[in-house]
Amino acid sequence: MEDAKKKKMTAYTKQMIITYGMVIAVYIICEICMHTGHMSNQMKGLLVPLCYYAIMAVSLNLTVGILGELSLGHAGFSCIGVFVGAVFSICMKDVITVSYLRFFLAILLGALAAGVIGFLIGIPVLRLRGDYLAIVTLAFCEIIKNVVNIIYLGKDSNGLHFSTKDMMSLGMEEGAVEIVKGPQGISGMPSDANFTIGILLLLITLFVVLNLIHSRDGRAIMAIRDNLIAAESVGINITKYKLMAFSISAALAGAAGVLYAHNFSIVKATTNNFGYNMSIMILVFVVLGGIGNIRGSIIAAVILTLVPELLRGLQQYRLLIYSVVLIGMMLLNWSPKAIEWKEGIVTKLKRGRNKQVEKQAD
Amino acid sequence: MAMLEVTNLSISFGGLRAVDDFNVSIEEGALYGLIGPNGAGKTTVFNLLTGVYKPSEGHIILDGKDITGKKTIEINKEGIARTFQNIRLFKELTVQENVMVGLHNEITYPTIAGILKLPSYRRAEKEMREKSIELLKVFDLDQEADTLASNLPYGKQRKLEIARALATNPKLLLLDEPAAGMNPNETLELMNTIQFVRDQFKMTILLIEHDMKLVSGICSKLTVLNFGQVLCQGDTEEVLNNPEVVKAYLGE
Repeated sequence: MEDAKKKKMTAYTKQMIITYGMVIAVYIICEICMHTGHMSNQMKGLLVPLCYYAIMAVSLNLTVGILGELSLGHAGFSCIGVFVGAVFSICMKDVITVSYLRFFLAILLGALAAGVIGFLIGIPVLRLRGDYLAIVTLAFCEIIKNVVNIIYLGKDSNGLHFSTKDMMSLGMEEGAVEIVKGPQGISGMPSDANFTIGILLLLITLFVVLNLIHSRDGRAIMAIRDNLIAAESVGINITKYKLMAFSISAALAGAAGVLYAHNFSIVKATTNNFGYNMSIMILVFVVLGGIGNIRGSIIAAVILTLVPELLRGLQQYRLLIYSVVLIGMMLLNWSPKAIEWKEGIVTKLKRGRNKQVEKQAD
Repeated sequence: MAMLEVTNLSISFGGLRAVDDFNVSIEEGALYGLIGPNGAGKTTVFNLLTGVYKPSEGHIILDGKDITGKKTIEINKEGIARTFQNIRLFKELTVQENVMVGLHNEITYPTIAGILKLPSYRRAEKEMREKSIELLKVFDLDQEADTLASNLPYGKQRKLEIARALATNPKLLLLDEPAAGMNPNETLELMNTIQFVRDQFKMTILLIEHDMKLVSGICSKLTVLNFGQVLCQGDTEEVLNNPEVVKAYLGE
């Protein structure tokens, strides 16, 4: 009995180590490549967005895979993170000069804001299930994007000015800082984000999500996913745990948004980066990586972000190849034959290793 | 003092009176049977007792406390746990995790302790694992602790449902057709398990069942429902020999 328990613990720890190890290994390889000059500028520019997409995929997997609710509004939460984090950083540029501390606070604030909005949206929305929930979250995502597009915010010696009309109506003094310029987006963020911080944030996200899943609360969330009526009958507070999963997922997306904002000098809220296009792309990462499979989400996010970028040279064939990769990944993950084949390889490898061990023993 | 005291319990769905003036009194430690033809309203009674439906009239008193109209989770905390006619397990969780979900309100720690893996998390999780294995042993499921619930054979899934219900530490256990789909051997084994649970945990059990061998074998008292109304109530032997019951349900 004791042995069985130990075995289970190690199997679970093993999975955790593989996931964290994978991220850290990729980080080390990338750092080495960067320092030895083996990385193109295009690739360097992709590193932080890759972290962003991976965090988005992992956090959405908490809602879709673990809670089992289809959310199409994930990009909206990162949009909140982008604007809250960026506004904070711009305002605090001169107050807090230590960039790490300022960025850390910006991430906390962005995550908190997205988490609170996620919680508030979750209260009415999580009464719905399935397709209905998907449509409503999609709508909220669009609302967030459109609201952000009419905000004008500036700062002068009198403090902050806010309007929903245009820049002129702020009535600011000469030499004021224009922070948010409606559809022209937000600009002037200090470029605090870098690959190391991105990876750290990804590791923190993994830590939160994986530990949550393996705790009492995580089990309650998965119980709701598997059978709502039974979960209720054993005394699990459905509303509480649905809201918990949804708002943690939103908060992590908000944190990712802050990272995204500080990687660029200008961020505009368009359909492509914070509208439903992005929400669906993140969902594609989650589905292809395997619903409920956290490590898969990261791998899918990285591959599916890299493929279209690296294929830029092929121009019109780019999207064609992208779709072939999509189909290929889906087959590899889900077709029974492919699963059989993968298992076959694993057992072969194991047998090979055992033989080696035996040989050594001889 | 009775463990469960139900008076004038009624519910209507539109014009249909699904349960009409249902009365029952179950002594502590009793094994009580609820029988009747299909559609008589047996499961509706369970749903009323566990707060899935709100009764139109009547009162439910558990261990001296009025629990009428409370929510399902509150009623579970007051001490009623149930199993379902169509098995409802957490299919993607392991057998042990299913029971650990049942222990949700028994052993607690704050969310933050779980995320940061604080000592209180480790202590509580260890206690949960030990307690769940103990419970699984009662049902002879401890060997399958790490199996996914959906991969268990049917009979064991039924047992796991009972184990999960017991994990919530109830005063009253409601079993909805526990022997449905079991072969005679499994049923016999289940009868022993139910009696064992009653003796070991000093549990009061109310069960719905169509298998007359099980009912006559372990239930001390019976209530027969027909068209939402109580047809007959009393000691098992008396009830089963009642000509009206024979006519309405058992068949001549």
